[in-house]
Amino acid sequence: MSEVRFGQAINRALADAMAADDSVVVFGEDIAAPGGPFGVTRGLLDRFGPDRVRDTPISEAAIVGAAVGAAMSGLKPVVEIMFMDFVTLSMDALVNQAAKARFMFGGQYALPMVVRLPHGGGINAGPQHSQCLEAWLAHVPGLKVVCPATVADAYALTRAAIADPDPVIVVENKSLYALKGELPEPLPSAAIGKADVARPGRDATIATYGAMRAVALDAAGLLAKDGIEADVIDLRSLQPWDEAAVLASLARTHRLVIVHEAVEAFGVGAEIAARMADIGFDELDGPIVRVGAPFMPVPFAKELEAHYRPDASRIAEAVRRTLA
Amino acid sequence: MTAADSASPIDLLRTMRLIREAELRLAQLFADGEVPGFIHLSVGQEGVAAGVCTALGPADTLASNHRGHGHALAKGLDLERFFLEIMGKVEGMCKGRGGSMHVADAAVGMLGANGIVGAGLPIAVGSALAHQVKRNGAVAAVFFGDGALAEGAMHESFNLASIWRLPVLFVCENNGWSEFSPTSRQLAADPCALALSHRIEARSIDGNDVLAVHDVTRTLVAEIRSGGGPRFLECRTTRVRGHFEGDPQKYRDAADAARSDDDPIGRLERRLASEGVPAAEIKAAERDAVARVDAAVARARTGTAPAFGDALRDVYANTEVRP
Repeated sequence: MSEVRFGQAINRALADAMAADDSVVVFGEDIAAPGGPFGVTRGLLDRFGPDRVRDTPISEAAIVGAAVGAAMSGLKPVVEIMFMDFVTLSMDALVNQAAKARFMFGGQYALPMVVRLPHGGGINAGPQHSQCLEAWLAHVPGLKVVCPATVADAYALTRAAIADPDPVIVVENKSLYALKGELPEPLPSAAIGKADVARPGRDATIATYGAMRAVALDAAGLLAKDGIEADVIDLRSLQPWDEAAVLASLARTHRLVIVHEAVEAFGVGAEIAARMADIGFDELDGPIVRVGAPFMPVPFAKELEAHYRPDASRIAEAVRRTLA
Repeated sequence: MTAADSASPIDLLRTMRLIREAELRLAQLFADGEVPGFIHLSVGQEGVAAGVCTALGPADTLASNHRGHGHALAKGLDLERFFLEIMGKVEGMCKGRGGSMHVADAAVGMLGANGIVGAGLPIAVGSALAHQVKRNGAVAAVFFGDGALAEGAMHESFNLASIWRLPVLFVCENNGWSEFSPTSRQLAADPCALALSHRIEARSIDGNDVLAVHDVTRTLVAEIRSGGGPRFLECRTTRVRGHFEGDPQKYRDAADAARSDDDPIGRLERRLASEGVPAAEIKAAERDAVARVDAAVARARTGTAPAFGDALRDVYANTEVRP
């Protein structure tokens, strides 16, 4: 058991995967010699050499497109797009190529590739360096999307993504990179598509993921002072997502709040709410409430951004609404 | 036929004849409603596909574009499974999931035709990266049209391939048309100048001279294989038919489409005849192609419609999708 930071756990996962399998290669903007904009890939170049750890030009379309071709030709590329906002420039490769190759070629090709996408606000990076666009990617058949919230999951889900035979997007909240936590020994593993109960409770379910896990736990703390026990479900994986775990929680609490940092409208929360309103209809004793960002770009100024991101009091208020 | 690094003139003729016969048969099957969707034919451009692909080895990989039937067949795709796929049958190489714009065959290194203009370039660059990392001596090639030179992916791919000295052959089939618009109105740059500006050695040749295409490709592939980095080959050719089958081509002067003296097959046949190759041998190339296509189409007509539940199972390798 050792205490490491979230970013270091991803680094360890990359290094362990590269040590275990020569076909794992890592490339992206400033990830080799500079060690990555957030230091996540530090040391990999020295350990694994310039053939397998490469700095690319600022070419997001070619980075992901090349990952597709490399995966079709026997490598397991793990590429980084410096900020999730920049994946807008990679969308053909992700949506038309990576996501469809297995299907449209009749299962002839596997695409074991990973795209790491730092998302989220909280560092005053402004409208083009803060977005949470994971719902776009979870909407595309053929892609998998995971979003770790803890140090152990940062390691486990990164390893699971690299081991997966399909293209997996690993969404990493930038505000979590410095988070300290335990990386247990033996090292943890995780199955893509399995949620985790972050906190058990009997009164209301809060389903969330990524950086909002900690905020939801804070909200649960506020609610506990009033005798309301929230069941906090950390989804960990958005595509596929653990419908059974959310339904099981709903069957215990009969109330559901879904929380994410991404814009509320047309988001991950909308999908979960729609499914639970269908298959969980008989369990519901109150409205399903979503807590997400308002329908606006991520603002820059400290006061604006603080107001933009969901906080514990908004989540607690939403839970009270479902109980009212 | 298999790709095997070098081909004799009669082999090249046979490859071109097979592509021509397959394309013309597809035109008929499409007109008769036996081929669904829409198809883009490479009639008139067979010299490029045959000349390039027969200069590649079986371990070399190939990315293609929407006009990719010829590339696929010249790389060695099974003819029956090719027709089965384009006619939407489960025995097709893609189980009827992709159709004309997505013919692919992992067994011969064919990474797929592609419905997105320019998308094959970064895929070939990535395939070349795999060859380089694995040091397997293989080369990745990619076909794209002059229209793809207007895509941003072209620049990113040229730049990355050049910086990393990747073993990739960029083949631009310049047929003068970007879908419904002439290249003169679409592209400000000279194709070779684009490559040269990325420090990629470039050649421009008559793509309807299959012997020249083959010889030049062999030279370029040898240079790439020996570590020379990427190469660019512009093959000037002719799109005889429309952008897609059924395209009325109102934008096009009839004379432009009917330059029969440019036909790569006719040119090679005249040359072979002048060199004393017996007429029977030349004619046999056409007759054999017709017979092979006849048999493949007959087989494809007996193919089975794909089952929806099976298709659902190939969205992911190991994750079920709710019907």
